[in-house]
Amino acid sequence: MTSLPAPAKKKLGLVIDLDTCVGCHACAVACKEWNEGGDFGPLADDDPYGAEPHGVWFNRVHSYEVTPLPPGEGGARSAPGEGTHSRRTLTPALRARPTAASPEGRGEQIPQMVHFPRSCLHCETPDCVTVCPTGASYKRAEDGIVLVDNDKCIGCQLCAWACPYGAREIALPHPKGSTSDAGRKDSKRGTMQKCTLCVDRIYNETLDERDRQPACVMACPTRARMFGDLGDPDSDVSKVVAEREGFALMPEFGYQPVNRYLPPRPRRDGSSAAMPTEATEEILDTEKLPPLLRWLDKALSR
Amino acid sequence: MKPALSVIFFTVMSGTGYGVWCLLGAALCIGTYPIAGYGILVPLLFGFVLVTAGLLASTSHLGRPERAWRALSQWRSSWLSREGVASLVTYLPMLALAWLAFTHRGGSGVRIAGALLALCALVTLWCTANIYRSLKTIRAWRTRQVLPLYFAFALLSGGLWLWTWLALSPYAVIGLAFPLALLALAVIAAVIKTDYWRRIDAQPANTAGHATGLEKLGHVRAFEGPATEESYLTREMAFVLARKHGTHLRRIALALFAVLPVLGILIALATGIAWVALLAAVSCIAGLFVERWLFFAEARHAVAAFFPARLA
Repeated sequence: MTSLPAPAKKKLGLVIDLDTCVGCHACAVACKEWNEGGDFGPLADDDPYGAEPHGVWFNRVHSYEVTPLPPGEGGARSAPGEGTHSRRTLTPALRARPTAASPEGRGEQIPQMVHFPRSCLHCETPDCVTVCPTGASYKRAEDGIVLVDNDKCIGCQLCAWACPYGAREIALPHPKGSTSDAGRKDSKRGTMQKCTLCVDRIYNETLDERDRQPACVMACPTRARMFGDLGDPDSDVSKVVAEREGFALMPEFGYQPVNRYLPPRPRRDGSSAAMPTEATEEILDTEKLPPLLRWLDKALSR
Repeated sequence: MKPALSVIFFTVMSGTGYGVWCLLGAALCIGTYPIAGYGILVPLLFGFVLVTAGLLASTSHLGRPERAWRALSQWRSSWLSREGVASLVTYLPMLALAWLAFTHRGGSGVRIAGALLALCALVTLWCTANIYRSLKTIRAWRTRQVLPLYFAFALLSGGLWLWTWLALSPYAVIGLAFPLALLALAVIAAVIKTDYWRRIDAQPANTAGHATGLEKLGHVRAFEGPATEESYLTREMAFVLARKHGTHLRRIALALFAVLPVLGILIALATGIAWVALLAAVSCIAGLFVERWLFFAEARHAVAAFFPARLA
């Protein structure tokens, strides 16, 4: 039945730290590797070494450029005109350089890169489950993992349409004349694919206990991905979400995502993004120099 | 959204078929349908061909068409499942009516079967519209114009075909009230559709800042997508229509589904030339194909905001 189960106490999910993610795509590759061969494999690939490779990934890493808003639009506070006035005294070379205090438009702000892994958020009340006409898309009552039964899925793609997070990708039927993975188990072609939260790892008793984590979490070199029970307020993941003000994506859809993202930490100077330090504007107080150096400064400044 | 030909064909053709059935059933129910026997059978079968061709075409949108029967199971939560059930149930009063007409029976049996057919056809159309209306991710389809539009277009297109049959059949009934009602319906459909277009043009697109939740840190621009190549998501959801053609296509659709049929109705009423009705019906269904293509192509999916903007 694609009606949602009663809310479970256990809410397994991921916490992704946007502060430490370096955008290396290791999680995406590890995910692809595990799910290519695990219980759920193979993950469809067409023309993998050709001109237009096309395939299913459960996890994809985006990169965004975040430019702080100029003052007055919610950015750093400064009196209007203050920045403009001080800039007039600068040399043309310095004026062209971006300054954080400038109120004049985004172009003047120094942007920050934020790498953003995107995968299924295992929502508590997702429409991807309820729109399914066959019962193939379902949410597990015991731990909240959202899965697709590939033996039932008819590939109508309505669940992918219903997801604002782009968590679902279809394994397209084999293109005519294609030979890629043609000889392999092919029962998944034409059906919807999605992140399983590595359900075939996390309960897998043949694995060492510390390996019973999703492949993406195991692979992350900066430990930007954490796995745990977000329904338990005392779990490590819940604690770090509380501490770092982890947020849910697009909550207005009402799907109640389980996964949380931790925002990039403020920079040392308190701004949300990289800013030029004071040192870029070197001011020499000639009055304080010894007479000889003052004379040299005068002579060289001519 | 990517406009899939199978789905466009389904919604237009089956919609028209249900329109024929609905109006025929309603007219039989209230006893205003002027002819009996083959006069009923022909439009009934015409609707059958349209509905069935549409339903069959819709299965080619599936990755696994041979499993389509599974879609009948989740009617408690899924509008697509409800549509499947309703579309099959609608065949029952249709078959009953066909049998009654074939055996030249009349009376209350025809009235009841007609009423049931009209009702079932409307319920199926309602389910189809709700498949789209229920998707929160596609803002254009959440507008309240979507539901009345699906009804109006089905009844208009189906009505024009039913009128064509009445006018061109050996019984040659052009009538007055029915074509005038269709004329009014064409105007209403044009007004609602224009309003729909105006509304979706005013809708702000989802932004990368909002999608990622990073907007409070500043202006967010998608710098790099997750892959150098297209993916299912970019092909399906981030479909970018050459929007400069959008305005032209809207005008073409409006001219075909509303303006020409209205002119056709007026000419037929004024001159009594019956085959103009056929032109009006053909023009309308052609216009609906353009309209339905735009319905998909112009609808923006929330997930597109994650990806770098391409040509628009």
